[in-house]
Amino acid sequence: MDFELMINSFPKLLDATLVTLKLLSLSLFFGLFIGLIFAILRMNKNPIINRFAYGYSYVFRGTPLLVQIFIIYFGLGQIEYLRSTFLWTILKEPYWCAIIAFALNTGAYTSEILRSAFQTIKPGLIEAGKSLGISSKIIFYKIQIPIAIKQSLPAYGNEIILMLKGTSLASTVTLMDLTGVAKYIISTTFKPIEVFIVAGGIYLFMTFLIHNLIKYLEKKYSYQ
Amino acid sequence: MNKLKIFGLGILISLFLSVTSNADTVRIGTEGAYPPWNSKDASGNLIGFEVELANELCKIMKHDCTIVEQDWDGMIPALLMRKFDAIMAGMSITAERQKTITFSQGYADEVASLAVMKGSSLEGMDTPEGINLSLGGSDVNKALKTLTAALAGKTVCVQTATIHQNFLDSGDVGSVKVRTYKTQDEVNLDLASGRCDAALAAAVAFTDYAEKSGKAVVLTGPTFSGGAFGNGVGVGIRQGGDDKIGKRDAKLLKDFNRAIDKARKQGIISKLAIKHFGFDASM
Repeated sequence: MDFELMINSFPKLLDATLVTLKLLSLSLFFGLFIGLIFAILRMNKNPIINRFAYGYSYVFRGTPLLVQIFIIYFGLGQIEYLRSTFLWTILKEPYWCAIIAFALNTGAYTSEILRSAFQTIKPGLIEAGKSLGISSKIIFYKIQIPIAIKQSLPAYGNEIILMLKGTSLASTVTLMDLTGVAKYIISTTFKPIEVFIVAGGIYLFMTFLIHNLIKYLEKKYSYQ
Repeated sequence: MNKLKIFGLGILISLFLSVTSNADTVRIGTEGAYPPWNSKDASGNLIGFEVELANELCKIMKHDCTIVEQDWDGMIPALLMRKFDAIMAGMSITAERQKTITFSQGYADEVASLAVMKGSSLEGMDTPEGINLSLGGSDVNKALKTLTAALAGKTVCVQTATIHQNFLDSGDVGSVKVRTYKTQDEVNLDLASGRCDAALAAAVAFTDYAEKSGKAVVLTGPTFSGGAFGNGVGVGIRQGGDDKIGKRDAKLLKDFNRAIDKARKQGIISKLAIKHFGFDASM
């Protein structure tokens, strides 16, 4: 065990952790919007719209995240027509390709989490709102959404943790995130165990923080 | 039930034996993704210059050999963890690697080169045809200056943990944006898609790709050798020691050196090099 290497690589890995956190927060931000939109579409009565929303979550939950990144990064890069459009300015960058893949992936899971949360809302609450003459728009924003968020917190916390670990795949499209830098250090020192232990420890610590944040929020928003 | 137990035990024992029984076989690790040095055919069999050379060397050494596939970025760690006994994967002999492992004498040499897509502004740089970084001199310095100016702010793509990455990281050509990939295939893909302004690898890796894919990849600038590019490609072996395995490793190194001598004298290495590279890359 080379403890000196572990200590020396720690600051470099900590710098890379910032990249990982940026990837995670941007993906979750866009993913939450995508998830919310598709959860609402899923509950639409029009069969074409809700089949489309179901198809999206089916495809993105049914294929590996790595494959999705490769299709978006290497796959779309092969389409010559695309390279002449403005889209290429975004897709040219591995950073945005990774965020698009992560956001679409977590969006699919989030839409399922939110949908089931919406469906567990007791119809009585909505009827109570209606009987008070509140418009259905306000019922949705002031009653359904807040309840759905509370209901979905535990499952969503899980999704954040899964996504944190998913960001390690960014290193496969040349990004120097925590895993990418760990691999780089290994490639010059040939000592995988030491470096991966430190990197794994940092991931574990981040999971610990996320876990506790969610626990805190659950407590804060619980009905008592 | 009892029969099932015996059956299960039998499978376990045979699995165990299959792992331990070939302790005397020499296992050679290669990447299988760096044509023409080593690659795979359509059905997944390992092929290429080094695969054929390995089989020839084993014949000369009278060892039973198996060739094992290993990702490039885990090649040296896998050797150290005894997943195999020798590396033949287009791995150049460099001082940095020699801190961790040892090499046989070189069996082949290659030059590195930058590649760009046809029509790139980096095409047709005013540099000598080839530079040897170990020799130095005004020619080399002038060429490096030209490259530094041309590559400023450009994205140059390389396979990770290679001499090519080391060279770009060394700062000899200023501070280019280095993007690293797991395999040379991925470097080629992104060069063709336009994400990389240029790529650096063995010249033959690009000419091979251009030929097979039909993409307009062209070499540019000087060819590189010496310095960060090492001293030819050799067989990577664990540094020997006093224990049983250490002694076996030390003997393996001697065997490989002798076999390479013999293969060179008999013209085997030249013949294979011409077959795979189109020119005599043997050394």
